[in-house]
Amino acid sequence: MRHLHKGVSLAIGLAVLGASLAACGGGGTAGSAGNGPIELSIGTFTEFGYEDLIPEYERLHPGIKITHHKTGEGGPYHQNLITKLAAGNGLEDVVAVEEGHFSDIIDKSSKFNDLTEIGPGNVTPDRWLTWKYEAGKDRDGRLIGYGTDIGPLALCYRKDLLQAAGLPADPEGVKTLFASWDSYFAAGDEYVARTGGKAWFDASSQLYNSMVNQLDTGYLDRGDKLTIETNPGIKAAWDRITGAIRRGQSAKLIAFGNEWKTGFQQGTFATTVCPSWMLGVVEENAGPGNAGKWAVTDAFPNGGGNWGGSYLTVPKQSKHPKEAAELAAWLTAPEQQLKAFQARGNFPSQVQALTSPQLLQRTEPYFGDVKVGQLYADQAKKVTRAQYKGPGDGHIQENVTSPALQAVEQGTPPDQAWQQVVDGAKRIVK
Amino acid sequence: MTTVADQLPRQDSPREPAKPSLRHRLSRWDVTFSPYLYIAPFFVVFGLTGLFPLLYTGYVSLFDWEVGDDDPKFIGLANFTALLGDPQFWNAVVNTVSIFLLSSVPQVIIAVLLAALLSLRLRFPAGWRVGILLPYSASLVALGIIFANLFGPRYGLVNAMLEAVGLDRVEWQANRFASHLAIATMVNWRWTGYNALIVLAAMQALPRDVYEAAVVDGAGAVRRFFSITLPMLRPTLIFVVVTSTIGGLQIFTEPKLFDAMPGSNNGGSQHQFQTLTLYLYQSAFEGFDLGYASAIAWLLFLLIVLIALANFLITRRIATTTGPKR
Repeated sequence: MRHLHKGVSLAIGLAVLGASLAACGGGGTAGSAGNGPIELSIGTFTEFGYEDLIPEYERLHPGIKITHHKTGEGGPYHQNLITKLAAGNGLEDVVAVEEGHFSDIIDKSSKFNDLTEIGPGNVTPDRWLTWKYEAGKDRDGRLIGYGTDIGPLALCYRKDLLQAAGLPADPEGVKTLFASWDSYFAAGDEYVARTGGKAWFDASSQLYNSMVNQLDTGYLDRGDKLTIETNPGIKAAWDRITGAIRRGQSAKLIAFGNEWKTGFQQGTFATTVCPSWMLGVVEENAGPGNAGKWAVTDAFPNGGGNWGGSYLTVPKQSKHPKEAAELAAWLTAPEQQLKAFQARGNFPSQVQALTSPQLLQRTEPYFGDVKVGQLYADQAKKVTRAQYKGPGDGHIQENVTSPALQAVEQGTPPDQAWQQVVDGAKRIVK
Repeated sequence: MTTVADQLPRQDSPREPAKPSLRHRLSRWDVTFSPYLYIAPFFVVFGLTGLFPLLYTGYVSLFDWEVGDDDPKFIGLANFTALLGDPQFWNAVVNTVSIFLLSSVPQVIIAVLLAALLSLRLRFPAGWRVGILLPYSASLVALGIIFANLFGPRYGLVNAMLEAVGLDRVEWQANRFASHLAIATMVNWRWTGYNALIVLAAMQALPRDVYEAAVVDGAGAVRRFFSITLPMLRPTLIFVVVTSTIGGLQIFTEPKLFDAMPGSNNGGSQHQFQTLTLYLYQSAFEGFDLGYASAIAWLLFLLIVLIALANFLITRRIATTTGPKR
C-alpha cells in the first residue's frame, strides 16, 4: 500500500512536471510564431512608479505580456547593464538608463535602436522639454532614449536657522540671497559670522556639481576632448567653492553618507541643493522632529539647472523592438508620467504634464504646504539647454572632483587638490 | 591493490605471445586508472573554477580589453609595465601591506594567547568558545557599516570617547595611518576568534606526556608555553598565518564600506586606504578596463605567493629555534 502510494505520487509529480515543461515550450513557440501573446520585459531601478501602469498597459493591449525587473540600487543596475550590453544578451526589451550613466551608453550607442525609426510615428519631439529630448540623442543624432523624469534644481533651506542668524527667511526674502553664486556665498559668510562658525551648506560636491552643470561646456566638449584645463568656468567654480570651504561655510559632510544623514537631524547646516527628487530625501533624513523647519523656494543661484532623470531605451538585443518602443512611448506619454509622479514623485519631463493641474496643485506638507508642483515646473522652464555629457563625465564627477573636494575639506591645499583633479580626469579620459 | 597490479603482469608474462584476455585487460585498467577517476571530480572542479579563471585572467591581462570590446587589441606586457609605473598601484600595494601587517600580526598573537586562556580550566568552556566566535558569524557587511559609523570623523562614537577623555578627535578617513588602523580593527574584530579556535583545537591535541615530563623537570607554565606549546603548534601556526595572509592581502569589503562616500571605490579622498582589490575592482567595473584589472590580479597573486612564502619560512624558523631540548 505504502509503495503503491509512493509510486502514484511520483507519477503524479512527473506528470505535473512534464505538463508544466510542455506549457513552457508551448508558450515559447507560440510567442516566436507571432500569433500568441508577445512577452516583453522592462528593467528599472529604484522607483519609477510603474507598478500600476504596467498592468494597465497589459489590459489595453491583450496580446502583450510584460515582466518588470526592478532593482533597488542604481549603481549595480548600471554595471549590470553595461556588462549585459557587452555580453550581447540578457537585457530587457525596454531598459531604463539614468542621466548620469547615459554618457556611457552613448559611447556604445550602436547597440541601441534609433527610436525615431522604430517608435510610433505620433511621438514627436514636442512631447518633451527641448533640452530633455536633445539629451536623449547620441553623437550622430539618433534618438536612443525617451525621457521619463527630470530633476529641476531649487534650494532647500532651514527657515528657523536663517531667522536665528538674522537673515531673511521668507520665500521672497531668500530669493535675493539665492539670486547668484556671489550673493549665495556672501550670505554664507554672513551666516558663518553671525552664528559663530556654523556651516552654511552640507556638502561641497553637491554645489560644485550644480555649478559645473550650469556651464555651456562641461568636463568634455562635443569632440569628447577633456576641457578641464582649458575651460575657465570649471576652474572658477573650483576656486569659488574651495574658497567657501576655507572660510568655514562647509559642514564637510559627504552627500548620502551616514554622517550627512546625522547632519540633517542635528541641523548642522542651513542650506542644501534640492533637485525635485531630493524633497523626499530631506524629509526622510531630517525626520518628523524637524517638520516645518525646512523650506524650499523657486530660486537657484545663476538661474536653473537639472540634476537627474532617466531615459527608456530599446537595445538591439530585443526580439520585439517595435512593441518595446511602443511600450516605452506609452510609458513616457504625459498622462502616464503624471501617474508616475502621483505614485512616486518622479517629476515629469513632458511639456503637457508640466501644465497639468494635477501637478501644479501638488503640495508638500513637510515643507510648509508649499506648492512644489508649481515651483519645480517653474524651475524646469528655466533650464534652456542640456550640457553635453561625454563618456566618463559621471566618473570624473564621482571619482575625481568629489574626492578632491573632500580632500580640501580634510585640509589639503586647494592647488594641490586641483592637480589631483587634473591628473585624475586625464586618467579617465585617455 | 599494488600487489594485484604487480601480480597480473607476472602471471601473464610466461604466455607472452598470447594476448591478454579482455577481462584481464579490463581489470588491469581498472587498477591503474580508477584511482584517478575517483579523485578526478576535485581536479575537474578545480580546473573549471580555479585554474581556468587564473589562466584566462593571465590571457586577458595581455590585451587592451574594455568591457564590450568586440576585438580587443593584443598589447603584450604593456599593462604590466604601465602598472609598475602607476603611482596609484604602488600606493595600493603599500596600503594593502600596511593594513595586512596591522591586522595579521596582532591577530595571530592575540589568537594564540586567547587559545592558551581558553585551554585553561574555565567554567562554561563552550560558552567562552562560542563567545569568541560570535564576531565571525556576524555579517561582514553589517560589521563594515557599524564600524564605519563608529569611526565617523564627526559623529562617530570613537571620536566622542576620545574627546570625553580629553584627547583630540582623529580624522579617521583623512589620515592615512589612522584609516589603516581603523580598518585593521574591523579585520581583527572579526577574525581573531576564528583563528583562536583553530589554535585551540590544535593545542588540545598536543600529547600530554610531554607536558608531564616538563612538569617533572620543573618547568613553569610560561616556559612550558614557549618551549613546548608554541613549537608543537608549528603546523597550525603556519596554516593560520598563510590563510590570514591570503585573506589579509585580498581585503576588500572593509575598506570599501569604510569610505564615507557611498559606493565609492576610491579608498578615501586621496586613496588613503585604497587596497589592491579595491583598485582592481575600480579598474574593472568602474573604468571597465578588464586588461588592466587582470594585470593587477596577477601581480596581487604573485605578491600573495611571495609573502606567504616569506611567512612560511619565518614561522618555521621561529618554531624550530626555540624547539624543546632533549
